[in-house]
Amino acid sequence: MRFVVLFLIGLLLTAVHGFAQHRFVLDQSTISFHSDGVIEDIAATNTKVSSIFDASKGEIAYLLNMKDFQFQKKLMQVHFNEKYVESEKYPQAFFEGQIVGFDPTAEGVQQVNAVGKMTIHGVTKDIQFPGTVERKGGTLAMKSNFIIKLQDYAIKVPQIVWQNIAQQVEVTVDFNYRAQ
Amino acid sequence: MITRILFFVTLLPLLAQAQGDLLDELNKTKPETDYTIATFKGTRLVNGHTIETKQGGTLEFIFAHRFGPLDGGLYEMFGLDEAFVRLGLDYGITDNLSVSIGRNSSDKIMDGYLKYKALSQRTGKNSFPFTLTALGGVAYSISPKRDNEPEGFEMADRLAYTTQLLLARKFSPRLSLQLMPTFIHKNAVSKTAERNDHVALGIGGRLKLTRSVALTTEYYYRIDPPDNDVLEAQELLPRYNSLGFGVDIETGGHVFQLVLTNTTSLTERTFITQTQGDFFDGKIHLGFNVTRTFQLKKQDRR
Repeated sequence: MRFVVLFLIGLLLTAVHGFAQHRFVLDQSTISFHSDGVIEDIAATNTKVSSIFDASKGEIAYLLNMKDFQFQKKLMQVHFNEKYVESEKYPQAFFEGQIVGFDPTAEGVQQVNAVGKMTIHGVTKDIQFPGTVERKGGTLAMKSNFIIKLQDYAIKVPQIVWQNIAQQVEVTVDFNYRAQ
Repeated sequence: MITRILFFVTLLPLLAQAQGDLLDELNKTKPETDYTIATFKGTRLVNGHTIETKQGGTLEFIFAHRFGPLDGGLYEMFGLDEAFVRLGLDYGITDNLSVSIGRNSSDKIMDGYLKYKALSQRTGKNSFPFTLTALGGVAYSISPKRDNEPEGFEMADRLAYTTQLLLARKFSPRLSLQLMPTFIHKNAVSKTAERNDHVALGIGGRLKLTRSVALTTEYYYRIDPPDNDVLEAQELLPRYNSLGFGVDIETGGHVFQLVLTNTTSLTERTFITQTQGDFFDGKIHLGFNVTRTFQLKKQDRR
């Protein structure tokens, strides 16, 4: 009898835990970046980002493959991977942190901050950037816009093409989550 | 005792999830296959092709140029007074299929190629150890002039065909090696000095020095050349295997290749079967391949 009771309690706890978790996974994602060069603008989009957001704890992580960034100019895409972000050595970029100021019970648009560690090109930096979260039933939309300095992540741009590539890029995040 | 263990076992998922790292979970959903990129910087190694095809919608203009031999002395300005040129265009129909045309000043040859990347080197779930590209080429010799055609000379006699398999592996970001089994058929040859069919095995590679500069090399070994292996029967000019070394310098949409080679020809028909210079006897030609890539079709970034 004691066994059955304990077992049931255990089962119940697991179920409650699962229910209370409010975990969200990405349904549709876009991370794009843009930089204005003197000669030409550089822009690329990655639609294959994976992410999990745990609304109960406000924890978020996302991960992407550098090779999934699509450029209009394919040669630029090859150079980006081969020479600048060195995708063979550092295939992935990721972020791990907290969404601060998010109220999981509220509906509608909320102003939040993401605080955590960003890893690009094998370099991890503590960063913080603002964004919005909009909750509609079982879905959640996250949007953000921030600047990344290439120097912070040891991404070197050769002197000879310095005019071609700006020293910083503007990153746009557009994530659409669904409840897991 | 058993009940306690069972209790904890049922609680295990809870504990595991509480400690679970979100990033670790994402790592499990990593991509299946990773395609190797940039085995070589250009579509040409030194004189011949690499496994690289132009990507879909991109056009490359190639200006290739070989001076005279370095042993020409000051009178010939160490070869700089003489020049052999190939002007060419390569276009990527898809990422794996390219077409190219060109005009060579030496022997006035028009050439055309179709190049197809059949297998790509990749790691991960569907890994494959090397890249395989098939190349088919036609070379049409405009020389001799129509009025000077020998008796019985036909249109078809101006043609030669090249079939090549290009196999390359990028061993590391720095080192790529390539093998090039080659078959060349010339419709018309001087039977006393040459056969119609030529077989050669090419070997080449690249060593990246910095991310924008690389050293390249290429050697074509002719398999079973005829006993009477000369270019002109009367003058007894021997044929040599073609050998070349290069430095690739890449800046944005340009690739500059500085080369040293023993041939003045820039198409397989001639540089594999009609190389005149002995590399180790000073018959070295300085040359350049300069390419510029244009993106004609913008790809949809979505």
